[in-house]
Amino acid sequence: MTQRDHQQKKMQIRDGFIAGSPIVMGYLPIALAYGVLAQQSGMSLMELTGMSLLVFAGAAQFMGANMIAFSASAIEIIVATFVLNFRHFVMSLSFVNQLKRIALPWKFSLTLGLTDETFSVSSIYRKQANQAYGQYFYGTLILVAYLSWVFGSLLGGLLGDVIPPQLSQSMGVALYAMFIGLLIPSVKKQHKIILISVTAMIVNYLLQPMIGEGWGIVAGTLVGGVAGIFVLDEEENT
Amino acid sequence: MIWMIIIGMAVVTLIPRIIPAFIVDFVDFPNWVNKWLEAIPYAALGALIFPGIITVVPEQPLIGIVAGIVAIMCAWFRLHIMVVVLSAIATVFVLTL
Repeated sequence: MTQRDHQQKKMQIRDGFIAGSPIVMGYLPIALAYGVLAQQSGMSLMELTGMSLLVFAGAAQFMGANMIAFSASAIEIIVATFVLNFRHFVMSLSFVNQLKRIALPWKFSLTLGLTDETFSVSSIYRKQANQAYGQYFYGTLILVAYLSWVFGSLLGGLLGDVIPPQLSQSMGVALYAMFIGLLIPSVKKQHKIILISVTAMIVNYLLQPMIGEGWGIVAGTLVGGVAGIFVLDEEENT
Repeated sequence: MIWMIIIGMAVVTLIPRIIPAFIVDFVDFPNWVNKWLEAIPYAALGALIFPGIITVVPEQPLIGIVAGIVAIMCAWFRLHIMVVVLSAIATVFVLTL
């Protein structure tokens, strides 16, 4: 490997770290809260950390821990998880389409760590997909998020309720604020993008009471995307 | 028993995440599908923000909305994303004092 290659790789890793840091900020309080809840539902430290290691999906883990607490059956919990997490299929499709130039083994590994948050942040950083060693950028971003999630869960299970409830409730807004912080710059660049997001919001809002949170987000995302076909400018290819 | 649940959850979460990686290399999407996929992040962000944000403080949806507006304003004036996040947290904190 040449000096230049080495330099580029290091830069991508550093940038990925920086891009992932808002996710860490958002994940830590939620992971702590999950750890506390999971322990109260009777899960051991191994089990609750294991769930974070293997599942890596915030909302589904909260739901899972809750359902374990009132002893729902395994099948019920697994089906509910599938429904809630199916939205990642749509996000992953968009994500890998962005990563067209990245080799399949990398694409595969990156999608393992796809969550609402890692997807949203990655999709805002589009140019790295066409840069040398761009996979290291996305890989670092995802790994940092993953580690903070696992570490936060473990900490929550170990320490219990260390954050005062009012503060943890306030921190619950962190991820929503991050989503807003990701969306607004794109809207400023191309105003019409807001039509896509608002369509998704309305569809999700109207359907969620009938079809539940998981399918509501799926439906909102799909229909909002359709609005995008009419709204997005043609030349937007990179 | 709990480990069975965990492994089951992991499998059904994993499969939808990884399947697209194997699809995209073998199909060439028409232009409108590519556009649709490019719009997905903006649509997903919309669906993830609302109505979720109004449940931050369950009985007081307004607090979530106000925090959202604060976040929009911070982002609009190009403040760093960490500042956006911290301002929203501070807003909820102050409003629930």
